Amino acid sequence: MSVAPTFAKRDWPLMLVRRREFGVVAAVVVLVTVTTVINPGFAIGSDGFRNLLLTPSLLVILAVAQAIVIITKNVDLSVSAVLGLTAYATGLLFTDVPGAPLPLVVVAGIGLGAVLGAVNGFLVSVARVPSLVITLGTLYIYRGIDVAWAGSDRINATDLPSQFTALGTASLLGIPVMSIVAVAVVAIAAYVMSQTRAGRQMYAIGSNGYAAQLYGLAVRRTVFIGFVASGTLAGLAGVLFAARYATVSSNAGFGMELQAVAAAVLGGVAIVGGIGTVLGAALGAVLLTTISRALPTLGIGDFWQQAVLGALIIGAIVLDRAIAARQARRLRSAHARAAAVARKEPVS
Amino acid sequence: MATQPPHEPFRPSPGDPPLLELRSVAKSFGSVAALRSMDLTVDRGSIHGLIGENGAGKSTLVKIVAGVHSRDRGTLTVDGDSVDFGSAARAKDAGIAVIYQEPTLFGDLSVMENIFMGRQPVTRLRRLDRAAMRRDARALFRRLGVAMDPDRPTLGLSIADQQILEIAKAISMEAKLLVMDEPTAALSGIEVDRLFAIARALRDEGRGLVFISHRFDEIFDLCDRVTVMRDGSYVSTHRTDEVTSAELVAEMVGREVETMFPRSEREGRGEVVLRVEGLSRRGTFADVSLTIHSGEIVGLAGLVGAGRSEVARAVFGVDDYDTGRVGVSGSPLRKGNPRSAIRAGVAFVPEDRREQGLLVDLSLARNIALVLRRKLSAWGLIRRVGEDSLAAGWARTLQIKARDLDVEAGTLSGGNQQKAVIAKWMATEPRLLIIDEPTRGIDVGTKIEVHRLLDKLAGEGLAILMISSELPEVLGMSDRVYVMCEGRVTGEFARHEATSEAVMTAATTLEAAR
Repeated sequence: MSVAPTFAKRDWPLMLVRRREFGVVAAVVVLVTVTTVINPGFAIGSDGFRNLLLTPSLLVILAVAQAIVIITKNVDLSVSAVLGLTAYATGLLFTDVPGAPLPLVVVAGIGLGAVLGAVNGFLVSVARVPSLVITLGTLYIYRGIDVAWAGSDRINATDLPSQFTALGTASLLGIPVMSIVAVAVVAIAAYVMSQTRAGRQMYAIGSNGYAAQLYGLAVRRTVFIGFVASGTLAGLAGVLFAARYATVSSNAGFGMELQAVAAAVLGGVAIVGGIGTVLGAALGAVLLTTISRALPTLGIGDFWQQAVLGALIIGAIVLDRAIAARQARRLRSAHARAAAVARKEPVS
Repeated sequence: MATQPPHEPFRPSPGDPPLLELRSVAKSFGSVAALRSMDLTVDRGSIHGLIGENGAGKSTLVKIVAGVHSRDRGTLTVDGDSVDFGSAARAKDAGIAVIYQEPTLFGDLSVMENIFMGRQPVTRLRRLDRAAMRRDARALFRRLGVAMDPDRPTLGLSIADQQILEIAKAISMEAKLLVMDEPTAALSGIEVDRLFAIARALRDEGRGLVFISHRFDEIFDLCDRVTVMRDGSYVSTHRTDEVTSAELVAEMVGREVETMFPRSEREGRGEVVLRVEGLSRRGTFADVSLTIHSGEIVGLAGLVGAGRSEVARAVFGVDDYDTGRVGVSGSPLRKGNPRSAIRAGVAFVPEDRREQGLLVDLSLARNIALVLRRKLSAWGLIRRVGEDSLAAGWARTLQIKARDLDVEAGTLSGGNQQKAVIAKWMATEPRLLIIDEPTRGIDVGTKIEVHRLLDKLAGEGLAILMISSELPEVLGMSDRVYVMCEGRVTGEFARHEATSEAVMTAATTLEAAR
């Protein structure tokens, strides 16, 4: 579980195996191996390998964004609409402002995401309406703006500068640039969440918001920052979406908000807040995308693919409950033993 | 810790302004006045007791000082400067640390992170320095004389250890004013002694402490002065060496109180109701044998963690046990089956009423009628009328003070919540009542009412097993006392043999049993 990284130094191999991240990685490895045995093209060969790394990238970024917000005991359902809106805005900037410098457009796209995230954060922390409701609302609003703005129009590959679309296909030392970006996002977010005061504060607030308030933590500001981070990452994902697919219509990213939540949950982020890691969420995204790609290869029909994904999510949560209950029991009895030992010691 | 205790205890110089001063502070929540007019002066280098019944406004006062609530009227000065905190963070910056009545911890985080949240040691690159944090936490625990792993998750800590963690957290802030709202409620004797030693050391360093407790012996033991409050208002301040507990109680309740432990003359005990033989669970308790007769109150004493609550839970069937037998009125109880225990006439009021005894979101009436819902239902639907009339009857009998039966149980005061839990079980007409910490966190006035209620129930033939960490309560209420130490019964005393020395000896020495 999430407390594991600080919990055990003594028996770390055991704790490593017990961690959710390990289980998810193992599942991905097994899945890829089995699928590749059945259809070697799945992972072997330059195309297969590239797709294996490239496809999960966008969802990985969204899952990290989602994990940050969920850890503070909130949820951001608007990420997919933010992705769609920033993707369209990015494309539009290229078509309407010919010759716009590429880095500036990228920054503008990410900045738009940050603004949309800030709107969410403002509504949640000031209006004090549950984030589920707020972001469900902004999910429709952002998507609505996107639809109203784009209409039946769409950005085509020919509208975009080739250096930009190259971003979505280019590789560095055989690894797709987009995957490198995703890994960098995971690394930075993981560092902030586990190694800085601000990150730990997010865990504290998600774990017990009332205690955080009594303790004098800046609860509202922290939640706000969480939503800005989520919007920023969704904006980045939007820019990458435009670069990767080069075709952006008003339904870009449609439905990805629930995939992001599912990925986070699959990766061990507890929906009640305070538990889980962004690394877990990212691995959950990899597993989710890889499964959707592997199932057809394994000969499982369309309908059953959805059902399998659903069963997996439920299974992961049930497993979480079982592990949490076991750990609570173990901690209680360990505590009773320790107390008994402590009492035998002479009182200094 | 950086500060070296001075050799000479701190003495405030006469001209200094007091560390904390409140004048005519008032606070209302909606139409309810929690504080009407409160005065309090705390000097540097002193420990100031604060007493009052539950609902007198102590916790509201604490939260105003802590910056969680803002006052409606009155002045609040720290070191002579008028302050308006507006947030808990600002109060903390001003040097005020608070230990709240209910532990407020982050269960998913490690023990050390709970202590240092927001002020964790960091390296130059603002990265958390977990090694330094671990070292500081260990140093704190050494100072407190407790063994706790800084890396363990907070989840699963006992209430006593959670309280110790709160204390460690507050002390680590090196605050100039430390407010402790019933810090000892869940602690055993040794832990209380250690806390007091630390409190005195802090006082001698020149810090100010506010200490809230329902236990008068602690107030007299620790505090230099004591302020009494009643109904949200200031009543009086005394030096503790110039006042008696009887006078304080009278001021708190606003009338003379004859005795804390009312005891009616009883006919003597009847037949055996509960017989426990050789009950054992590995690592928790071993070879526990008890008998309880109808019409007697049997106290179960011991330190926190001695396994008393665990035995009670096993008897009732909430928890499992490995070997042994439990019989009620001659017929054996199925193990691990609370339903069969309830059918056999066992009632169980657990230690932690908010977590385990009460459905805080449901109405008072629903809570009282809870266990009886089958009896009250027709065709699987609960009849509201039956529920209400049953609840009304018990609320009257037990004198539960509530606006009406529809109020959410969680909004009742601690004492009334406890009565509601007792009412719930009394409605099942039990033969045996197991009650764990019957008066924890309950004010004196209501405490006496709970005691009187238990006495009355025993007089009517109920067998009562009462677990309590308050020795005066055990000695004052019980007809017989069992003492447990580290999972074993180490003593059994009849009422006239049960002195505090005898019970404490048995509670701290395992050898006494052999």
